[in-house]
Amino acid sequence: MTADIAAILAIDGIATGAVYALVAIGTVLIFTVTRVIFIPFGDIAAFTALTLAALDAKQLPGTVGLVVVLACMACAMEVVSLARAGEFRAVPKALLGYLVLPLIVVGIVWLTMRFNPPMPVRIVLALLLIMPIAPLLDRIVFRPIADASVLLLLTVSVALHFALVGLGLLFFGPEGVRTEPLTSMAMEIAGVHVSGQTVLILTAALVFSGLLFLFFDFTLIGKALRATALNRTGARLMGIRPARAGTIAYLLGSLMAGVSGILIAPVNTIFYDSGFLLGLKAFVGAIIGGLASYPGAALGAFGVGIIESFASFQSSTLKDVIVFSLLIPILLWRSLASQHSEEEVEE
Amino acid sequence: MRKMLSLTALIGGLVAASTAQADITVGFVTSLSGPGSSIGIPYGRGIQAAMEYKSEVNGEKIRLIQLDDGSDPSAATRNARKLIEEEKVDLLIGTATTPSTIAMMGVATELKVPMIAVSPLSGQPNPSDQWAISVPQPAALLVKIVADRMKRDAMKNIGYIGFSDAWGDLVYNGAKAAETDDGIKILTNERYARVDTSVTGQILKVLAVRPDAVLIGGSGTQGALPLLALVERGYKGKTYGTVALVNPDFVRVGGKAAEGIQVSAGPVIVAEQLPDSHFAKKLALEFRAAFQKANNVPTTDGFSAYSFDGWRIFTSAAERALKTAKPGTVEFRKAMRDEILSTKELSGVHAVYNFKPGAYYGVDERALVIVRLVNGAWTYEP
Repeated sequence: MTADIAAILAIDGIATGAVYALVAIGTVLIFTVTRVIFIPFGDIAAFTALTLAALDAKQLPGTVGLVVVLACMACAMEVVSLARAGEFRAVPKALLGYLVLPLIVVGIVWLTMRFNPPMPVRIVLALLLIMPIAPLLDRIVFRPIADASVLLLLTVSVALHFALVGLGLLFFGPEGVRTEPLTSMAMEIAGVHVSGQTVLILTAALVFSGLLFLFFDFTLIGKALRATALNRTGARLMGIRPARAGTIAYLLGSLMAGVSGILIAPVNTIFYDSGFLLGLKAFVGAIIGGLASYPGAALGAFGVGIIESFASFQSSTLKDVIVFSLLIPILLWRSLASQHSEEEVEE
Repeated sequence: MRKMLSLTALIGGLVAASTAQADITVGFVTSLSGPGSSIGIPYGRGIQAAMEYKSEVNGEKIRLIQLDDGSDPSAATRNARKLIEEEKVDLLIGTATTPSTIAMMGVATELKVPMIAVSPLSGQPNPSDQWAISVPQPAALLVKIVADRMKRDAMKNIGYIGFSDAWGDLVYNGAKAAETDDGIKILTNERYARVDTSVTGQILKVLAVRPDAVLIGGSGTQGALPLLALVERGYKGKTYGTVALVNPDFVRVGGKAAEGIQVSAGPVIVAEQLPDSHFAKKLALEFRAAFQKANNVPTTDGFSAYSFDGWRIFTSAAERALKTAKPGTVEFRKAMRDEILSTKELSGVHAVYNFKPGAYYGVDERALVIVRLVNGAWTYEP
């Protein structure tokens, strides 16, 4: 282990960590607003990469099918629950939100595909296509059990991940994909070769974390989300709808996961089932931040990336063992050092 | 595909009902889903091509039943049991991943049904109770041919990077076995997982030993990951691999980084470039035609050809076994096993097969050629 090698490993680790950080921030965002530990975020990231690859190959991505199926399911559930409550006036609005909007997105993609759009447009299309998935899943799976315990929500979330992996195979096929590099630039920083892709990943992670910070501190919606996170009932009394806050949180989280998927697609082959490890490692990062603080989650994720990189050099066979073994001391430290909230006591 | 199978089964059933003859029933398991599906699907297509090529033996129709094991050994075990106990198959063929194949073999041995494995098996069978043979070239042989080529290319110090699973072990052990005092030396043993996002650390370790050549013990698309990392670190030396890398997605993903890699592969990969005197040439072209007819896509991989060769071994053994026993009986299964294990000089598209009790493999060095990736196409390197 020379200084050169350590520098290369550190840069590699930071790049990997930045990808985890995006997903980790999304995980924390969802958790604080809806109390759901959204395991399928890794899958959302992987699906974005697969979507982009399909668009690059001028094929209609499998995501289209996924979105249409989910939109129909969510819409049906919403209409049935409204009809049961006798709120027929809200039905057109539900139709618009759960069926027409996702279909409009699909339509835009389908139309734009015919004009062979350039790379940046394709990336935007891939993100647009992926954004509806998590909110729709929220409506189908989590909304009916919104008041359940955190443990139950986590269990459902894991089950949802496995369902998504199966759907991923159905819609994307078994082969891995890799997209064209977004940039072929490279630079020397203090004698170490750094690729433009690494810089891009890091920049994206920082920009999105910054934007999120601004969003929560300076916009009304952001403040409403924070209020929901702190106290659902209190926020409700102030006229904030927890359900809508959840939808916005899922949209934002999907955007983060989507961006990480776009960034990771050129540096690694992504399979329909690659999302799990990505999501799991991001989750370890989020746990380090206590599932509550964005900077904490980001730092934790960077830590995971760097440890993973050095572990792969020291003992490549035990790499994942080392990363996941981290969880034990961290959880011990967390549980000894933190105050228990009321909810945990109740459970 | 399912439709075709059920049709085949239906037609087979109708024929069975209308004639007093018993069909030969073949149970085929492959991975149509799960991580092994990228090779499991070609295996399935290969069987379809084989059915197209030969669907009856001595006038006896062959009934094929296909099941998916989801790349999961326990599902493969259940499938094997179901095929034997409910469908009364005379023979099992399967499956796409080595752990599942070994699991299936356990059931076949217990219930005394012959099995043709289309994935590598390792170890030594007990000659008196051997019910399975394996079609593909053993890893040791695959690596030996590559090691011979490295020696011929005057390579000395070899860096190794492969999967952190049984396949990575097989290639590493094969390479280690080929080490000699004056020839090649394997200096690193780096591993990575199929879902890893980066192999920078491992590649740095490989490059630290200043290798003349790097041997890749991965498979399929993810086998390209170390190659890309090597190019990124400015590596200019030679690279070697095995047939496990050969699929169109490896070439697509590896791009320029994979250019020039030499792998040992079955001759079917470069069928049209073989000399006319080569045993596999005519048969391989027939196989490709049958594949095109059965699946409406051209063949691009070596895996479907293992299914085809497995079918060849089965039909040639069935021809001889039918002389002594009727399909669907215990005697027929026993006769099938004996005939499979006495296969002599049977040429397939991958190899010339000679089986005998006490070994899973029946191939020799004729089964492999070295092919090099030139401008995104595999070319024959005699």
